[in-house]
Amino acid sequence: MADKLVIAGREFNSRLMVGTGKYSSMEIMQKAIEASGAEIVTVAVRRLNLGSREPSLLDYLDLKKITLLPNTAGAYTVDEAVRLARLAREAGLSDMIKLEVIGDEETLLPDPVATIEATRILVQEGFIVLPYTTQDPVVARRLVEVGAATVMPLGSPIGSGQGLPNFEHIKLIIDRVNVPVIVDAGIGAPSDAALAMEIGADACLINTAIAQAKDPVLMAEAMKLAVEAGRKGFLAGRIPKKTYATPSSPTEGMIGR
Amino acid sequence: MQITVNGEKREVRPGTTVAGLLKELGIDYRYMALERNRIIVPKQEYEKVVLQEGDEIEVVRFVGGG
Repeated sequence: MADKLVIAGREFNSRLMVGTGKYSSMEIMQKAIEASGAEIVTVAVRRLNLGSREPSLLDYLDLKKITLLPNTAGAYTVDEAVRLARLAREAGLSDMIKLEVIGDEETLLPDPVATIEATRILVQEGFIVLPYTTQDPVVARRLVEVGAATVMPLGSPIGSGQGLPNFEHIKLIIDRVNVPVIVDAGIGAPSDAALAMEIGADACLINTAIAQAKDPVLMAEAMKLAVEAGRKGFLAGRIPKKTYATPSSPTEGMIGR
Repeated sequence: MQITVNGEKREVRPGTTVAGLLKELGIDYRYMALERNRIIVPKQEYEKVVLQEGDEIEVVRFVGGG
């Protein structure tokens, strides 16, 4: 049976989304995205450099296979985020937006109040909103109430590679919302991605851990396998943890007794 | 007359349209968006919209991001 990721009625086979930032070259980015198998790829919106001819990021993305997910990275207010989202829609002809409204410069933690308000506005304007959010299940529920298509709690701060130190909090969100939960930010190693999927996350979004790995293409493949392994592990249903051992081999028929 | 494009002052001939400005700058319309005084100009209006003295233009495109 097909195990599809469904976001606002759109189906995806891959549960790994990847970013396009921080790669040493466009060629490596292109190969890493290919190796990741990702079907959803995030991009940022910035001023065009006037005067200098720069290669376009879009020339390195196969848009027949890939859905662009523009973000509102850099926004610190509702107005900035809404403005970036509108520009992204005009530039990309897609209604999907990864909403980021940052509330603190050093930790890059989201501003939950502004994120809820921006989600409400953008949903009314017909956007499919995927908000980056805190690990607070109440905030996640509020986002869903105002029409968020997914919620994207951080595993740990953006680019920190700390993994999911508070994965129980993410589990609380998973148990409380009826939209896909995508762990965004903080994943450092494949085991982090596998853990996110094992606890029931619907997908992971990874950028830095792949782009800044010694071998980004190999890491992209490792993340792909980790997400698949974690997902299958979740679907298979892990055994409960027990304090004491239970033998795997028969206790009957031991020789010499 | 003077306008501002992406924060830089720029001289353009009176009567210049958005399309004319983009041609001058060598920018193609693919995967970009343009705001004039904070309001998005849809691509189908680039030929029609005539720039005015003091206009603030923002031209954006996609870059790598997470």
